Amino acid sequence: MSLDKSMILAIETSCDETSIAILKDGKELLANIVSSQIDTHKEYGGVIPEVASRLHVENINICLDEALSKANVTYKDITLIVVTKGPGLIGALHVGLQAAKAISIAYDIPIIGLNHMAGHIYSNRYVSELKFPLLCLIVSGGHTELVLMKEEYDFEIIGETLDDAVGEAYDKVARVLGLAYPGGPIIDRLAKEGQPIYDVPYPKVEGDYNFSFSGIKTAILNLVTKLNNRKETFKNEDIAASFQDQVINILVDKVLLALEKHQVKQVLLAGGVSANSKLREVIKGEVNKKHPDIEVIIPPLWCCTDNAAMMAMAGFYSNNEPENLDFGVDPNLVLGE
Amino acid sequence: MEVKLQIKNEQETDKLGLIVAELVFAGFLIVMSGDLGAGKTRFAKSLGKGLGIDKVIKSPTFNILRVYEEGRLPFYHIDAYRLEGMVQDLGFEEFIEGEGVCLIEWYKYLEYMLPNEYLKIDINIVSDNEREFILSSNSPKYQSAIKQVIKQWK
Repeated sequence: MSLDKSMILAIETSCDETSIAILKDGKELLANIVSSQIDTHKEYGGVIPEVASRLHVENINICLDEALSKANVTYKDITLIVVTKGPGLIGALHVGLQAAKAISIAYDIPIIGLNHMAGHIYSNRYVSELKFPLLCLIVSGGHTELVLMKEEYDFEIIGETLDDAVGEAYDKVARVLGLAYPGGPIIDRLAKEGQPIYDVPYPKVEGDYNFSFSGIKTAILNLVTKLNNRKETFKNEDIAASFQDQVINILVDKVLLALEKHQVKQVLLAGGVSANSKLREVIKGEVNKKHPDIEVIIPPLWCCTDNAAMMAMAGFYSNNEPENLDFGVDPNLVLGE
Repeated sequence: MEVKLQIKNEQETDKLGLIVAELVFAGFLIVMSGDLGAGKTRFAKSLGKGLGIDKVIKSPTFNILRVYEEGRLPFYHIDAYRLEGMVQDLGFEEFIEGEGVCLIEWYKYLEYMLPNEYLKIDINIVSDNEREFILSSNSPKYQSAIKQVIKQWK
């Protein structure tokens, strides 16, 4: 059955953001409303799931109304609903799913449930056509994955973190340094003013393309404890630079290693950490130094963090069948399974 | 009852996790504390391995809860790191005293919803590699589990 995808309404509530987007003909993004909840989370140093779901409940109708009005359409114009069904926080995911089902029933519109990570990958579709096979590095607060796509909407995870996600390591190191949440952008900024003068271990990891950031987090913690105990003065800028340099080294190394075995036409970056200025610069430079023929695609900054526009785009290209209305969320959903 | 174990390195953390995995039963609850990098998730990984879980046990910080069902018993891995300062109904009851083994990292942020009986593991960072694991419980069934751990540890 081929779905009419001419007017997609996408709903994304997997973590911090309540977001609604409307995409026309897979090209024209009529609305992408993101109600950022970061301010509420800052004081706790993290994302609080039930607060998150309560805020999603408060936000979702406002976002829906705003999206429809900005796009100048009504529910009757919508041909397909796309909703994130995982991975993410269970309570938060449920809010999006229930809204999607309610609209689906009221207006008799089919729904497809998609993987949040597919959305991150397809955020790149806003800047470039995708050419297969391609390799995508997904880096975010909850994920670090190297994904091989041999064709449209076909995903194979060839590498992943065995412990902490890269964004999580950024947030935890930021907490060790007494910085605010979210830690990624602050460390990125501090690193620019520091020197990588401290040794940070390079993790040994099972599996060619797998990652590990837990040891690096612990090493930074040990370093800061030691410097404090010895009453040595140090600059957060230098710690940030040392940490970030090694993290980006590892990410880029794995991408280059994967490119030795897998011949691809494009390398994509995706996920919240792809907003990191150093990563954007280094990955492009290093990949093109060795493989000038490979096109490196970096998502626009507006589309790095969670949003529904990326889910709408993924929905346009997905081959998923419409869901029955009894379908549920899956907080541990894995890409390609 | 309280027992202190001096752990020399990560391999010994793994050994402890495997020993505990042999002793757990349905409804077994382990709560853990220890600073960032103390080895809580490392312990959880070896516990999961000992339960026969092949999937990678990753940090549950982002999702708060990860569920693994392919082992000898279901394994519910909870990380309360991001719940600091909050008191509310999370719907975790079915996991905490459920059909499987539940491990809660940063349990202090969930203390208000813990049942009376559990095995508590507090980790102190001694040096870069060394850790002190303090196993304690005030409940007889968990105390007997601690005694078995000590027997097998020697």
